[in-house]
Amino acid sequence: MRIAGKGLINRAKPVSFQFDGTTYQGFEGDTLASALLANGVKLVARSFKYHRPRGVLTAGSEEPNALVTVGHGGSQDPNVRATTQEIYEGLDARSQNRWPSLAHDVMAVNDLAAPFLGAGFYYKTFMWPKAFWEKLYEPIIRCAAGLGAISGEPITDKFERAYAHCDVLVVGSGPAGLMAALTAGEAGADVILTEEDSLLGGRLLSENGQIDGMPARDWANATAIKLNAMSNVRVMARTTVTGAYDGGTYGALERVGHHCEMSDGLPKECFWRIVAKRTVLAAGAIERPVAFQNNDRPGIMMASAVRAYVNRWNVAPGKSVAVFGNNDSAHDTAADLLAAGVHVCALIDSRPDATTTLDVPFYAGAQVSGSEGRKELEAITISRASGIDKVQADCLAMSGGWNPTLHLACHMSGRPDWREDIAAFVPKPGMVPGLIAAGACNGAFSTAACLGEGAGAALAALEAIGLKAKMPKLPASEDRDYSISPLWAVAGKGRAWLDFQNDVTVKDVKQAAVENFRSVEHMKRYTTQGMATDQGKNSNVQALAVLADATGRGIPETGTTTYRPPFTPVAIAAMAAGAEDKGFAPERFTTSHRLTVKAGAPLIEAGLWYRPSFFPLKGETHWRQSCDREVGYVREAVGVADVSTLGKIDIKGRDAAAFLDFLYTNMFSSLKVGRVRYGLMLREDGHVMDDGTTARLADDHFVMTTTTAAAGQVMQHMELVSQGMKRGMDVRFTSVTEHWAQFAVAGPKARELLNGLLDAPIDGESWPFMACGDISIGGVKGRLFRISFSGEHAYEVALPARYGESLFATLRARAEALGGGVYGMEALNVLRIEKGFITHAEIHGRVTAFDVGMQGMMSKKKDFMGKGAASRPGLLEDDREQLVGFKPTGVVKQLTAGAHLYNDGAEPVRANDQGYLTSVAFSPTMGTFLGLGFLRGGRARHGETVKMVDHVRGIETTCEVCHPVFLDPNGERARD
Amino acid sequence: MIDLVAISPCEGLLPLTVGAVTLSEPEMAPLALVAPMKGKEASLAKAMQAAHGLEWPAAGETSKADGAELIWFGRAQALFVGAEPSAKLAAHAAVTDQSDAWTRVLLEGAGARDVLARLCPLDMRDTAFPVGATARSEVFHMQASITRLGDDSWHIMGFRSMAATLVHDLKRAMESVAARTQG
Repeated sequence: MRIAGKGLINRAKPVSFQFDGTTYQGFEGDTLASALLANGVKLVARSFKYHRPRGVLTAGSEEPNALVTVGHGGSQDPNVRATTQEIYEGLDARSQNRWPSLAHDVMAVNDLAAPFLGAGFYYKTFMWPKAFWEKLYEPIIRCAAGLGAISGEPITDKFERAYAHCDVLVVGSGPAGLMAALTAGEAGADVILTEEDSLLGGRLLSENGQIDGMPARDWANATAIKLNAMSNVRVMARTTVTGAYDGGTYGALERVGHHCEMSDGLPKECFWRIVAKRTVLAAGAIERPVAFQNNDRPGIMMASAVRAYVNRWNVAPGKSVAVFGNNDSAHDTAADLLAAGVHVCALIDSRPDATTTLDVPFYAGAQVSGSEGRKELEAITISRASGIDKVQADCLAMSGGWNPTLHLACHMSGRPDWREDIAAFVPKPGMVPGLIAAGACNGAFSTAACLGEGAGAALAALEAIGLKAKMPKLPASEDRDYSISPLWAVAGKGRAWLDFQNDVTVKDVKQAAVENFRSVEHMKRYTTQGMATDQGKNSNVQALAVLADATGRGIPETGTTTYRPPFTPVAIAAMAAGAEDKGFAPERFTTSHRLTVKAGAPLIEAGLWYRPSFFPLKGETHWRQSCDREVGYVREAVGVADVSTLGKIDIKGRDAAAFLDFLYTNMFSSLKVGRVRYGLMLREDGHVMDDGTTARLADDHFVMTTTTAAAGQVMQHMELVSQGMKRGMDVRFTSVTEHWAQFAVAGPKARELLNGLLDAPIDGESWPFMACGDISIGGVKGRLFRISFSGEHAYEVALPARYGESLFATLRARAEALGGGVYGMEALNVLRIEKGFITHAEIHGRVTAFDVGMQGMMSKKKDFMGKGAASRPGLLEDDREQLVGFKPTGVVKQLTAGAHLYNDGAEPVRANDQGYLTSVAFSPTMGTFLGLGFLRGGRARHGETVKMVDHVRGIETTCEVCHPVFLDPNGERARD
Repeated sequence: MIDLVAISPCEGLLPLTVGAVTLSEPEMAPLALVAPMKGKEASLAKAMQAAHGLEWPAAGETSKADGAELIWFGRAQALFVGAEPSAKLAAHAAVTDQSDAWTRVLLEGAGARDVLARLCPLDMRDTAFPVGATARSEVFHMQASITRLGDDSWHIMGFRSMAATLVHDLKRAMESVAARTQG
């Protein structure tokens, strides 16, 4: 019910919104919770397990009950706290965990079965049979119990991630935070002030006190204006700091688009990483409930929340309100209600010596021991030594005292201190390096103390970063003692709720202790207390106090459970913002990419690169047709392929040759200038890492080629050698992969094609096989290498990348004119398999040079990386799996990569495994499938027949073992 | 003779303006990586000064003379930008042509720093990253070189092959920043 008063709502701006299909009106400045209460809506949710009717409990982000779903489809957000959701025109919120409706929820039958559904119920009940858990029990439980759900549709909202840096981060903008930010800002520090709420002020916005002779909220507003005007202060409202991490880094979630209709391009949330030299934690405190029988009815609220609704939002949460507490702040609630003209039917204080001057029915030394009503509170029971009273009330404001919001301070595994005088945990200094706690989160509960601690913390932070500042004059404010007498649970029968969100009662915690789950961490997991979206903000301390009592220990000995990030829920979409679709990983495109796409070539990924599979021609319906045709270009005329993705590393220096001698198993210092050599590189453990060619362009200048996939790894490997193993060497190297566009020109007509382009033609004498050197095309300087990955007379021509597209187009046209054309990765693969050339399908990390038949390349004349390890016993044995070729001989003429090999007649089981196929292709040149693979003792078994079994695809055939080079074993075609 | 056409890395992708921020590609310029050979740091610095009037940049710094610039580019290396490096440098350093290896873009306008804050973890405040400062860092998922040219002006370099992604990621961040300022 809306009441008169000067709250922080804009009565000139009505806002209409929907809840469960009904349209309501609120005002600008309302949260969903305040607007619903203003409309008299008390039942807003069903509880997690028992489907109990629930109402709004708090007025902040700790809300355990009033969770709603907002939005639809790809923009649907479950478990939105009605207490933090600002209303806007058109907001559509729905209640959760109920069917068919909030008022008539079928699963409320669970509540009647409550005696059987206590702590550990699932563990004890749904044990057998084992298979039933996944198929039957879990789906049923998931359906019956739970919170909101996502829509299952792809997300349509935009999220973002961002970084921020500052000298002083201030978390929270209550009196401590405002004073800290002001002090640090005025000293010239770069300040970031974060506040969960849409407005700065924290509790000041909801209390009736005075600061500096003006209403506290006016002081907060004036201070906010001052801070906003400072260029060195960045105010981040609607931003929750969710985690403290190493090196002064904090995670923070900014709710950018939750308070308005989503507009184009606006992110819904931004996940910030804030790096601060010093942090002032001024996160305030959270009021804790008292456990008594049926303390969860709609209408039973935190006393501080009642004050917030009355003072800030001008909402009376009831017509007849009772107030129950164990500390002085409860009395403020009664006073504020009276001042607002709301009837207070009882003020109950558990402290026997409490007094009041308020004109209300006052019960000192009394406790509320029960409540009545179903969908809303109707009456409470008050117990005191003299007897039991029943009082009609439709709202109860309760206060069990305050828990400092110390979560962030505990995020790096520090454990807080117990302070007996305030019956609460407080942070210890230094729990998070660079973080200073101030104000209520540090156990200072008066406004004056908060202002003082805020300024003091700022001064400490400023001093630490070398800025000078004087203690500012603190504004005059309330400085009252916080007088509390602990009250965790009111004795009595029946269920008394500790954790509203997970339906955990005092009885459950006691039962856990009885069943020997005495550690607080065990109790938590056994009862589920402190789990789910509120992470036990309202219940942790009370639960462990009850556990302490049940186990006969003190609270400090019992200790707290572990506080972990995030402080409030963070959408995965926010943490992963930008990484969807094209943002997942960079795409690397070759210079021929646009023409490749235009030609309709399907692309395959090679690392981050995109390469053409094949170039289909009109009328071709199967990739094999295109592939076979492209192989034919190379074998019979000339083919052109973009090979720019191969790693290219430029190596210079007096010791460049010696450096290469150490990197490669074979010798490079003997390589002549103007020549290229194939080389093999081992890892430190003696297994093959990569292979490729290296060209010597000058005495002290080489260009190395690596495979596409291993380019980065080879570069790292070279850094390891130059920085760690051969530090004295005078050698420098850098990647030039991106600088050069490089194309293979392969086939009998390769030289003819090139000579039509080169500014100075070449011949067999000037450019024999494995020659290299400078060339120019159209006046553009480039390089030419006569190397071959197809076995044909072939070259690789390289020009600066800016000319890549133009060169590709020219080469393609020339090749087509000569009866050839461009070819893709499929044809490239067929060509190299026909020649028995290896790729990372063969050198997959577990093979040695010996295994691939290159033991002869391991020089005996020099040391090289991996030499010692490669000669270990077992790595040079004849029965190792060795590289061989395969041809199908059975009825099935197909070979499949990944298939395993067995001796003819042997059962195809693991124990009989003889090896496996790594690469297969249909060779149009030879008219048969060809395979490369590893076979136990294979080099001595050429000519044998073995059985190939592909257990995955269900293919079986026999094949002949042969030499891995199927075509032109003497290499004459490349040398012609 | 064949007439080959030169294409810049961002052809067809830029320029682009979103809100107050513009992303554009400067004219392609000669780029060369200069890395002093063993023990030649001092003599290279001298030769660089003599040939081009350029100071060898300390880590995170740049130096400028007419027509050419040196951008610190990692441990014991700098990128020589804007002119052909003197052949005399080769006696002291490995000089490697990288003119076509990098995509260069300019991010300019009010809010350019906010755009970078969505992609790069570095502290870009005036105190930490003044005009003339440079860093090897990252732009979202890719490694990059970032140099501050002016109050609201930044020079960003990424691999040539990743030009499309560089523009994609920057554009997305530009849209986010623009959407907030409109809102």
